[in-house]
Amino acid sequence: MEIGDLTIKDIASRVKRNEISANEVAKFYIEQIHMKDPLINAFLYVDEDGVIKRAKELDNLKNKKGLLFGVPIAIKDNMNVKGLQATAGSKILRGYIAPYDATVVQKIKDEGGIIIGKTNLDEFAMGSSTENSAFFPTRNPLNVEYVPGGSSGGSASAVSAGLSKAGLGSDTGGSVRQPAAFCGVVGMKPTYGRVSRYGLIAFGSSLDVIGPLTKTVEDSAVMLNVIAGFDAKDETTAKVEKEDFTDSLGKEIRGLKVGVIKEIADFNVQSEIMQSLKVSYSKLEQLGAEIIEVSLPHLKYALPTYYIVAPSEASANLARFDGVRYGLEGEGENIKEFYEDSRTKGFGSEVKRRILIGTFALSAGYYDAYYVKAAKVRRAIEGDFESAFSKVSSIILPTTPTTPFKFGEKKSPLDMYMSDIFTIPVSLAGLPAISVPIGKDNKGFRVGIQLIAKWFDEATLLRVAYALENY
Amino acid sequence: MYKPTIGLEIHVQLSTKSKIFCGCSTEFAQEPNTQVCPVCIGLPGVLPVLNEKVVEYGTKLAVALNMTINKYSNFYRKNYFYPDLPKGYQITQYSIPLGSEGFLEIHGNIGNQKVRILRGHIEEDSGKSMHSGDITESEFSFIDFNRSGIPLMEIVTYPDMETPDQAYEFLVLLRSIVRYLGVSSGDMEKGAMRCDVNVSVSKDNTMGTKVEIKNLNSFKSVKKALEYEIARQIEVLEKGERIVQETRHFDEHDGTTKPMRTKEELNDYRYFPEPDIPPLSISDEYVASIKREIPELPHKKEERLISEFGISKDYSRSISYSQKLAEYFEDVVSFAGHPKEVSNFLMVNVVAFMNDKGVEIDEVNFDKHKFKELLDLIDQKVISGNIAKEVIDESLVSGKSPKQIVEEKGLTQITDEDAIKNAVLEAINENPTPLNQYLGGKKQVYGFFVGVVMKKTKNKANPDLLNKILMEELNKLSS
Repeated sequence: MEIGDLTIKDIASRVKRNEISANEVAKFYIEQIHMKDPLINAFLYVDEDGVIKRAKELDNLKNKKGLLFGVPIAIKDNMNVKGLQATAGSKILRGYIAPYDATVVQKIKDEGGIIIGKTNLDEFAMGSSTENSAFFPTRNPLNVEYVPGGSSGGSASAVSAGLSKAGLGSDTGGSVRQPAAFCGVVGMKPTYGRVSRYGLIAFGSSLDVIGPLTKTVEDSAVMLNVIAGFDAKDETTAKVEKEDFTDSLGKEIRGLKVGVIKEIADFNVQSEIMQSLKVSYSKLEQLGAEIIEVSLPHLKYALPTYYIVAPSEASANLARFDGVRYGLEGEGENIKEFYEDSRTKGFGSEVKRRILIGTFALSAGYYDAYYVKAAKVRRAIEGDFESAFSKVSSIILPTTPTTPFKFGEKKSPLDMYMSDIFTIPVSLAGLPAISVPIGKDNKGFRVGIQLIAKWFDEATLLRVAYALENY
Repeated sequence: MYKPTIGLEIHVQLSTKSKIFCGCSTEFAQEPNTQVCPVCIGLPGVLPVLNEKVVEYGTKLAVALNMTINKYSNFYRKNYFYPDLPKGYQITQYSIPLGSEGFLEIHGNIGNQKVRILRGHIEEDSGKSMHSGDITESEFSFIDFNRSGIPLMEIVTYPDMETPDQAYEFLVLLRSIVRYLGVSSGDMEKGAMRCDVNVSVSKDNTMGTKVEIKNLNSFKSVKKALEYEIARQIEVLEKGERIVQETRHFDEHDGTTKPMRTKEELNDYRYFPEPDIPPLSISDEYVASIKREIPELPHKKEERLISEFGISKDYSRSISYSQKLAEYFEDVVSFAGHPKEVSNFLMVNVVAFMNDKGVEIDEVNFDKHKFKELLDLIDQKVISGNIAKEVIDESLVSGKSPKQIVEEKGLTQITDEDAIKNAVLEAINENPTPLNQYLGGKKQVYGFFVGVVMKKTKNKANPDLLNKILMEELNKLSS
């Protein structure tokens, strides 16, 4: 069996048993990157020397332990890895070297994982195609004329192309699930508060969740085992009991109630995706699950609500990039000109657009009409899910309304935003969700089917996803 | 008659060991940018974690100021760009503060006055900008982030004060309270207490146009700025002109207030709830436990010392407003009695010595045993009150005990009636003119003879005996 076909568990246990060395694994993946990444451009930075050094250190350890022992992990470049660049895909942070590890990165290192490199993304995670990266776009490994999705397009394509065993992405409105769907891999957004955000460069703080991109549901569960947990450095993490998310994998789903959303009919969804959705229904039914229709009446308000909440938070989160202490330094006769020049040169157009939207929404005289109203609708959407989950233990719907599009195809921002209509409502509610590849379209792309579970019920989420994946 | 209306906004720096949202030290006057970490300089990816001690100190102060502690309060982001504000926003409380609706009763020379308090909220301080030369022409600015993230409690009063003296009284009392509570050093000169004032004047019951004054770096500045500003506003109105609603800057050098550039006031802070910090929830039990920790506060102590010991109002206030002095006073009195005498010696001699040497009461070498010894010497008529002052002054300097000083310097009181009588007769015989004045009915001259006798006896004559004998001799001559 080739190294690339092994699961995370396989690699970790074989390296621990000295059947293969961490060095062999690392070299294999670096070679893959050398071969394939010039075409795909998944990585902004590959830490070759660091990877080999780390692999050798692991090999020299007498006491070999850890869930990710010797497993290479790609990290989206909006997370801090000590000593490596952290650009968030933006010119304003070009050359910025992180002085500390994000909590998730620390956890990966503690479990023997190897940080293989930093992956490309839409600038500050704002986008759905990775075209907004200030450096270069990433290509979809399944067909390089198409986008890999975004904003975690770098991690998704790296995993899809076999350039890394797993990757971390961040999901604010679908940024893990949508590129997972486009690249034909598994992408999970855990419950808000399940995974520490410390060290993740913030976009929409009340929405941002770090999640894994993997080849399989099992790998996803292992990754969640590693990164989940309360963190004293992040007050929004929940104090919930530690659990082994691989426990529920393979348990039968007979008798489980799975919800299908009535309002899906109101949306324009690509026919092959509807086909895959129906196939999924019947698979679940054949496995003994009960399909029940539920209603989310406020679903259609999710997109406009999100585009108030997320940009509002972003407008404040991105204020620190002012050129004073770090990052791109502009010029000017006075401090105001200096700020303007630094930020004009440093930010790309989508980032500027969202800062402007957010600044406007929070302005005196507009705050109640926009921000406060959006916060209310957000609670209504949460309420919709809450009542749906009184009837079912998971909900199934497409991850995206279409399969991948070509570079430059989405001309207007709004067209691009529509790519996230099915992921955004879940983000607003803070629920856990996972995208699993099911079926194919006529171009050969996989279709991403999204499962959603109750708050902090990733166990059920993974259980249903695993059943669907392995049917 | 114009009536001024004054309100205060006070920032109290809470003296926790670490900053409000990170573990950095809060120690004052360290090398610039040595007490910083990724959180308080706003590096990408960091998150704030609320320091529980800040909540404790803030709650203590709010309770001491009779505020209601809100069961739930929340944090907001206040957005504005400034180089010493690393995140581009300040984390503060906004719609629901930690404490609401309190009051403080000030009793100064102007009578008792209740000043209502609107709110008290906790927030982070910014860094500190330093410019080379004038801010508008400065080529460089330096930023010290040691102060960034230092915890503050902002206290906002209602406009319940009418004179600069009342504002001064309020601040002095507040400083004493924060010191009693141990939640702040209260040093205005070190920036641990900062105050902005709002002031307007009006002839009737309608509110005049409000002016805010900033840059008040001492209690005296507050008073001076208010005095100037009130006079300025009256003058403007008397000329038939209108007061402009604005923020003015107090100039310490010439004692005037000057308008600040209005551009700075057009800020829209775009407040919105801080998503990184969950709402702060405070239980009744917590508030109750905080209440139990609050000591007798200075204004209450001031009243008690008067009613319990009958000491003067001025002394009671001076003693009460300093926790250390009050502790010392009560300790001495409980050991040696004589509260009035103790308050006298303490305020006249000991405090003068402390001010002179720049030391605190706990550095003064005059403990309750020495105090008792001194009081016993007076009681036993070994020395007079006047001599006692000499003795205490000497003891403060040399550290010798009162007994030792009295013995060494031979200060024992003269109680020998013949000796005193001799001195009295000498005084009368040597001063015929004052004697004639006295005999002519000018009874004030009596004091002159007392002075002469005291001088002749080197202050050692027993005052009672002296009085008795002098009166007898003078009466003999008048009859």
